[in-house]
Amino acid sequence: MKFTLPIILVVGTAVLMVLALLGAGQPRGTVGIAAGPAVYTPKASTPEQAVKNLLTDVQRRNWDRAFAAVSKSSATDKQSFIQDWTGSNGSLRSFSALEGFDSRPLHITDNDAQRRVRLHWTTPVGPIEDVRDLHLVHEGDVWRALWPKVQIPNVPAQVIPVTYLRWDLVTGGANDEWGAKNVDSPHVRITSMNAVDSPEGAVVMGEVVNEDTVPAFVNVNATLLDGAGSAIDDESSFDKIDHILLPKQVTPYRIDFPNISLKNVKSVRMDEKATLVPASADPVIGVMNQKIEADMQGKSVLHGDLLNQSGQTVNISHVIVSFYDNNAKVVWVADGYVDRALLPQSSEPFAVEIPRSVASKVQNFHVVVDHYSLGRS
Amino acid sequence: MRRIFLICAGLCVAGFPMLAQDLRVPASVTAGDDATISTTGSGKATFYLLGPGVSRKSDVKLGEEIHLQGQELRNAGDYLALVCSDPCHSGTFYVVAAKPAKLTFLVHPSRVPVGRSDALSGVAFPFDQFHNLDLTPVTVNFQLTVGNKALFTRPVRTQNGVAWFRTASGKSAGVVQVTASVDDLTARRAVQQVASEPCNLRITGQRIPIGILVQTEPVHDCAGNVVPDGTIVTFSATEASGKSTVDAPVKQGVARAQITAKGETVISVASGVVMGNELRVGAKQ
Repeated sequence: MKFTLPIILVVGTAVLMVLALLGAGQPRGTVGIAAGPAVYTPKASTPEQAVKNLLTDVQRRNWDRAFAAVSKSSATDKQSFIQDWTGSNGSLRSFSALEGFDSRPLHITDNDAQRRVRLHWTTPVGPIEDVRDLHLVHEGDVWRALWPKVQIPNVPAQVIPVTYLRWDLVTGGANDEWGAKNVDSPHVRITSMNAVDSPEGAVVMGEVVNEDTVPAFVNVNATLLDGAGSAIDDESSFDKIDHILLPKQVTPYRIDFPNISLKNVKSVRMDEKATLVPASADPVIGVMNQKIEADMQGKSVLHGDLLNQSGQTVNISHVIVSFYDNNAKVVWVADGYVDRALLPQSSEPFAVEIPRSVASKVQNFHVVVDHYSLGRS
Repeated sequence: MRRIFLICAGLCVAGFPMLAQDLRVPASVTAGDDATISTTGSGKATFYLLGPGVSRKSDVKLGEEIHLQGQELRNAGDYLALVCSDPCHSGTFYVVAAKPAKLTFLVHPSRVPVGRSDALSGVAFPFDQFHNLDLTPVTVNFQLTVGNKALFTRPVRTQNGVAWFRTASGKSAGVVQVTASVDDLTARRAVQQVASEPCNLRITGQRIPIGILVQTEPVHDCAGNVVPDGTIVTFSATEASGKSTVDAPVKQGVARAQITAKGETVISVASGVVMGNELRVGAKQ
């Protein structure tokens, strides 16, 4: 009798351990949708397993095994394949890590298959989701991915003269006479503001212009007020704005108020803050071939190409777009990061998604590009 | 009744020495000047001087003058002099600021677009050599000059130690010297007059092998001032296949951009909230 309880505990623990082992690597989800990370199975007998193997190895940066899961008939080489995943030239991708993935089947035959893969990246600017359609082929008794060659711009050696203006800031010292070296803050103005409800909460958005002749570091804050004039919440535009505005430059801004409905809001108090900062008019980034199209998932997406017209590498580009209705009212502001570096005189594609609720209202749009270059503030 | 008698007797005993000693303070003293306080009576007493930023205690002989050195009276304001020899006697006097030795001058703003009414203001505070605000009315001459040409001259009398002016900005971009002077004292400030909003923004364009080269005519404001270099001009090119935009900075008065458009293209231009003309460029042959 005195051995009964220990025996029950030991047997119960063993059963739970076996159940746990059997359950691992089989996450719950929709049938046909695979999600990572997963248990590695050496032989990819299904397209789903081939994708899992490939992406698990990419996550672990096990490049030899990951590249072994790529079909030999792919138009890529190992170095390009690795660079596709790890990024280069200090791009956003080179600071990112593949946190997870899920894939779903699009098409399958005996010899080839196509799966849509949703990649979840962790990046310095927050989580980013990337969607890719992978083409897989049946080679012998295993499935392998056909990997396209990534076109990395080949910039020829050249000298690009840059004569654009740069603003430096000289500030007074503590020993200066009072009022002798005052330099006013730049004048910025909110030219439009619109408040809407979205599924995530209230959103305040619009555009702000630097009316001055000097560069400005701009931040826009909004406070939601109730009927009694009390503040419900206050938030800032954070990264949904191009903070450094050159003279006469216009930027969209968006301020999110999660879990707040506009029906409780009586008024909105806006407050723009501008500080004089050093800046450079270089680089100039053109936004070419902008077009709103439906993507492979049926969502409205603004596509285009960023063209770096200067002679320096832009490591991280941030695209911010204001969308207007037919009355030129800002109905939405969206943004997106480009995960590849913009090399001098070369272009990279970008895409910014438009929510379904506003896609039908959009008549026009304005794109601005914020940029970050390593070694420059 | 007996209590009232005792109180009156006490006051008389206490008041008797007051007749024996007295304190005479000057009506007004200029900051930094020496001053004297005369006393009456005889015997020893303790002298206290309390004022803005000063407190002093010393032994004095009643009937002699107490000398206050200018060093003790540098700060303008109310002073209290006390002589104590059972009982204490006191007197107050006021130290006024000396003649202006320094002019503090604030001008706002440091940059101003041309042609704005009441856009420029300045305020001057005269201070003496001890940093006391001079409350005595003095005349401050304000002057705005560009090069050697005076744009504006106005004498203003200070009120409570302050004189100010307000005026419109001029019509030409450039540095304006703003001076405030009192007698031989002068304070100078510089204000940058900058071009106002661009006016009559016009573009021209031509096809080049890689697209369209578009540029503005020299960008001026409505008074003819060239807008500063670095001002952003936005070019937007719309063709059937999509839209392209370039935010290009003005360089030597002109903004230029290359747009990679192949088909028939309509190009528009804007700077800030100002729109320019539209340009139609035919398709690439």
